[in-house]
Order: sequence, then structure tokens, then C-alpha cells
Amino acid sequence: MEKNTFYHALQIDEDKCIGCSHCMKICPTEAIRVCNGKARIFENRCIDCGKCYKVCFSKAIYLKQDDFDSIFDYKCRVALVPAVFLGQFPTDIRPSRIYAVLYELGFNHVFEIESAVSIYAYLKNLYARDHTDDYPLISAFCPAIVRLIQVKFPSLVNNIIPVKPPVDITAMYARKLLEEQGCNPDDIGLFYITPCAAKIAAVKSPVGEEKSIINGVINMDVLYNRVYKKIKEQGKNYVAPQFSKARLSSDAILSSLTNGERRLCMAKRSLSIDEIDNVIEFLEKVENDEIEGIEFLELRACDQSCAGGVLVCENRFLVSECMYARARKVAERERNGETTRDLEINKERDYLAKNSMVESIKPRSMMVLDKDISKALEKMERIREIKNMLPQTDCCFCGAPTCDALAEDIVRDNAQLTDCIFIQRSLEAVDNMKISEAIDITKKIWGNEKLNISNDE
Amino acid sequence: MHFEYSIIEGDFVNAGAASSAVKKTLKQLNLSPVVIKRVVVALYEAEVNAIAHAYGGTIYVDIDSEKIFMKVEDRGPGIPDLELAMQEGYSTARPEVRDMGFGAGMGLPNIKKNVDKLVVNTKVGEGTTVEMEVCFVE
Ligand SMILES: Nc1ncnc2c1ncn2[C@@H]1O[C@H](COP(=O)(O)OP(=O)(O)OP(=O)(O)O)[C@@H](O)[C@H]1O
Ligand code: SF4
Ligand code: SF4
Ligand SMILES: [Mg+2]
Repeated sequence: MEKNTFYHALQIDEDKCIGCSHCMKICPTEAIRVCNGKARIFENRCIDCGKCYKVCFSKAIYLKQDDFDSIFDYKCRVALVPAVFLGQFPTDIRPSRIYAVLYELGFNHVFEIESAVSIYAYLKNLYARDHTDDYPLISAFCPAIVRLIQVKFPSLVNNIIPVKPPVDITAMYARKLLEEQGCNPDDIGLFYITPCAAKIAAVKSPVGEEKSIINGVINMDVLYNRVYKKIKEQGKNYVAPQFSKARLSSDAILSSLTNGERRLCMAKRSLSIDEIDNVIEFLEKVENDEIEGIEFLELRACDQSCAGGVLVCENRFLVSECMYARARKVAERERNGETTRDLEINKERDYLAKNSMVESIKPRSMMVLDKDISKALEKMERIREIKNMLPQTDCCFCGAPTCDALAEDIVRDNAQLTDCIFIQRSLEAVDNMKISEAIDITKKIWGNEKLNISNDE
Repeated sequence: MHFEYSIIEGDFVNAGAASSAVKKTLKQLNLSPVVIKRVVVALYEAEVNAIAHAYGGTIYVDIDSEKIFMKVEDRGPGIPDLELAMQEGYSTARPEVRDMGFGAGMGLPNIKKNVDKLVVNTKVGEGTTVEMEVCFVE
């Protein structure tokens, strides 16, 4: 059966939302409308890119997450930590110190997500070799991009490389290892420290899979605050117990940043594009077959890729710089032969490879007007007529992001022509609408408070 | 449904504007991505040809529930030897057009491959019309 609702981590807190429409204007898939003075997200259109979250100055958009204490539902508590997590801390705090605090907070294992990057890159290159017909291939690393393609560029779903992102591979590895060490499978709780909404959604309702093997997500900003507070409390001279060392290769550290995957792909010509509007602009061209010779596309929803994730606490440029600094240090050790790139996880390559393919990524176009083409054509004709009546000012007064969006909403029975303030004025001018009726419509869209009219008129 | 778009000579920057608009329309109709791709590719090639080899023109598009009909009409020099022009690799593209990545001589053959019906009417000194039809159901 086809699912038609999707888990979204992004939620609107109606008590805080003042219906300002900033989020509506910025949403790349026109997934937001204002109704009764509050923003509303259309679940089937939202791709969890987090743009609305970033722009909301009322802090009315929040990310649902698992309660931190839910880690204690498990005996064997695993933190899956991405490299950007470390990138937020000042460079003089060593990774092992940060990991030590994670143990002190209650985890008993720390797995670095990017340890799976070499297996991940290997699988992608293998896939690319056998799928030259589907060039340019697109990485499935960023879940917001996968969803964007599903809803807005359905013809490109076959270009997506169906290899699970590193976090899933590392999770599989962690589970296998711990089970082999004698842990009861039910006692193992894998918790992903997430930099963004898209990754939460991907864990809660994975594309092309029944269920994720990850048990919970913890928002990076929450954990950052806890860890940083603890480090501050412990002070400079505190000798942290050694639990777990940072082992990532320089390539792995950089993999979630822009160009990170591209550096590891074998394609002769490839591109890295970050920031969702940039990605959309480029995918339009790919969809038109205007792009020739490009074999691989690394696409990321956030500016500066995961360093710009909505839950990353530091400035994205600083985080990225910090990660580069760390990678440079590791690279030097690699050159001097002081460290090996061979991680334990690579011994399990064959097992992990077998289980790292996503079954199928299906299109779920948000654009289709009707499944029946004749009806869709009729609707399209009506949309065109309505568009001609609208002023093309994109003023948002109707509660839709653009005049075109309103026209579509009307034909989809989600709005009315009289929601447009210009139509209201025209009707009033010829005495076809009373001012009180127009005010009622406005109240329905923007709520009572904004009009400042006493109710006992 | 009927649409019209005008094409401006030498306006390579906006090449693809019409095919993008048509693509957007087709995406709303629940057509298979394969069909949409065929339409877009064919229209794009015809559009570029009118920009590169002629002096601009007009695109007419008609969509019903069974097919899409597209006519690209230009006021250009016409094609003296159509059979030759239809061959893969044949091109008279000027150097500056080639510099922009066009001129492989693959446009017309590509159109032929992607549409169900293709009629080219051309008269030297007057212009060319390329009529294409793609059926929605195989
Ligand atoms: N609308 C037109 N008006 C005049 N000549 C045309 C027109 N369309 C095509 N031709 C001629 O036919 C030739 C072949 O066209 P075709 O589209 O196959 O290749 P091209 O445009 O030269 O290169 P490509 O399409 O691969 O970039 C052109 O070089 C040109 O001489
Ligand atoms: S997360 Fe992105 S797609 Fe979803 S409503 Fe917000 S801005 Fe729109
Ligand atoms: S770029 Fe990274 S942080 Fe941003 S949405 Fe994609 S996966 Fe999440
Ligand atoms: Mg051509």
C-alpha cells in the first residue's frame, strides 16, 4: 500500500506562531499556508529541509525528538556521532574528551558515523560503474534531497544511488559487533545525534525501507549544550578518562561537508552543489537533459552542507573550518604513517555491503493535479483562468505564498477566489461584497488578533 | 489546452524556457517521466535550432488527454537538404554556436528518436516548421 503521509520532525507550536508568513515565503516546495493566523505545513509537500525553522524569529517551529532519558530504556546505549558534532567545539577540546563526556552522560558506546565512509564510497563507485545509463547519478546522502527529488523531480528518482548513508551502515556495524560481543539484541539502543530535521525524518520514516535500525534520535543542539556545560564544569585541569578515541581518516572527517563525497568518487566529471535553491535550479537543467557529461552529483540541502544543519550550534563557516583543521592534522599523521586508515569496520565490508542497498525510491509527485488526465487538463485550464484574474503581486494576503499557488489551491478546493484581497476590492466596488464579508475572510486567514477589531461591534 | 511561446534569435541564455514551461505543465498531468522526458528533449532541440540556425520564431503547443502536439515555426534561412540535416553528425553551426556547446549535429536525429510523429516543412529563404507529436499512451 502506498503511504501518503510522511513523518516530519518539524512541527509548529501554535502558541508561539504569530502567522507572520516568513516561513511560507521561503519554503522551496510551497508546503506552507497561513490559516487562522497560524502557519500550517502540508505533509506531502514538505521535504524537511529546515528552511522554515531557520527563518522563524518567533521560534515557533520546533523539531520533535526523542527524550534524552529514553536512552536509559536500553542496557547497551550507543551514541552514533557525526563528525560535525565535534566541529562545533573549540579546537582545543580534544575529541576523546568530548566522547568521554558522552559516556559520563550515560552512553556506553560511541561510534563515529563517518567510519563507514570508505565502505559507503566503495559501494557508490561500484553502483556508478554498472549504471552509466542513469548518469548523472545523485547521492542519497542528504535525505532532504531524496525527498525533494521524489516530490518535485519524480523523473530523476532513478538517478539516485540507492546506497544507504554512512549512519545506517555504521548502525548496522554497531549492532552486529555488540551482538557478537554477547549483547541481547533487545538491549541495544542506537541513538543518532542528528544535525538536521531531514535526518530525523529519514530515521522515523525511511524512504524505500520498512523500518530503520536506529532506535532514536537526539538533537545535536540539545546534546551540544549538555556536553559543553559538563566540560565547562569540569574545568581545564580535569583529566578525562579515556573511553574512545577519534579514529576517522581525514577523508571521513570531511565527507559530510561540501565536496566531501565528491573527493571520494571516481567520476571523471562531478559537481557538488549545496543549498536547496541552488540544487533546485540545477535539477531543472538535469531534468531537461541540458547537462551533458556530468557523472556524479553531490547535492546537499544546507549551505555548507551538514555544517549548516539546522541543529548545528556554531556558525556554519566556523564549523567547516574547524573540521578542515582537524582533517589537516589527521592527514599529516597519515602521511607520516603514524595512523592507519584501516578501521575495524572495514573487515565487515562484505556483510555491510550486502545490506546497504535501499530497496526502491519511488516518485510521489506533489504536482499531479489529478490521476485522470482529462480531469487534470480541466483543472489546469481552470488554474489558468484563475491566474489571469489574480494580480501577480504575490502579496501573500490570501495565505498562500504566490498568486499561482492560490490559483492551484482554489482548484484543489483548498481555497477560494475571494481569499484574494484584490478580488475582494473589485467585488466591493460593484457592491457584490460587503466590507464585513471581506473582513470575515481576512479573519479566517489571519486570525482575529491582527485586525484589532472588537468582537462586540 | 493551447500554449504559445516566442523564441528570440541568438537568445541562448533562455534556450529551454519553453521546454521548461511545458515540462512543468506535463508534470501536473500524472504522465510517466519517460514520456515527459521525450517531449522535453524534443522540444528543447527544436527550440535551440530555431535560436541557433534561424531568426527566432514561435512555439505552439496543444495538449489533450491522449497526446501533445508541438509546432516550432521560425522565420529563418530554411534547410536546403533536409535528408542531410537529419543525419547524425551533420551540422552547419557557426563557430560561436559551437563554442557554446551546440553543433554536434545530433539535434534533429534526437528529435526523431523521441517523438511518435515528426514533420519538417522547410523552404529556403522563408523558414522552417517542425511539427512533433508524442502520444501519452504507448
Ligand atoms: N530551424 C532551422 N533553420 C535552419 N537550419 C536548421 C534548422 N534546424 C536545423 N537546421 C540545420 O540542420 C543542421 C542539423 O541540425 P541538428 O539540430 O541535427 O544539429 P545542430 O543544431 O547543428 O547541432 P546540435 O543540435 O547537436 O547542437 C543544422 O546544423 C542546420 O544546418
Ligand atoms: S522543512 Fe522545508 S519543505 Fe518543509 S515546510 Fe519547512 S521550508 Fe518547507
Ligand atoms: S545537508 Fe546535511 S544537515 Fe543539511 S539537510 Fe542534508 S543531511 Fe541534513
Ligand atoms: Mg540542433
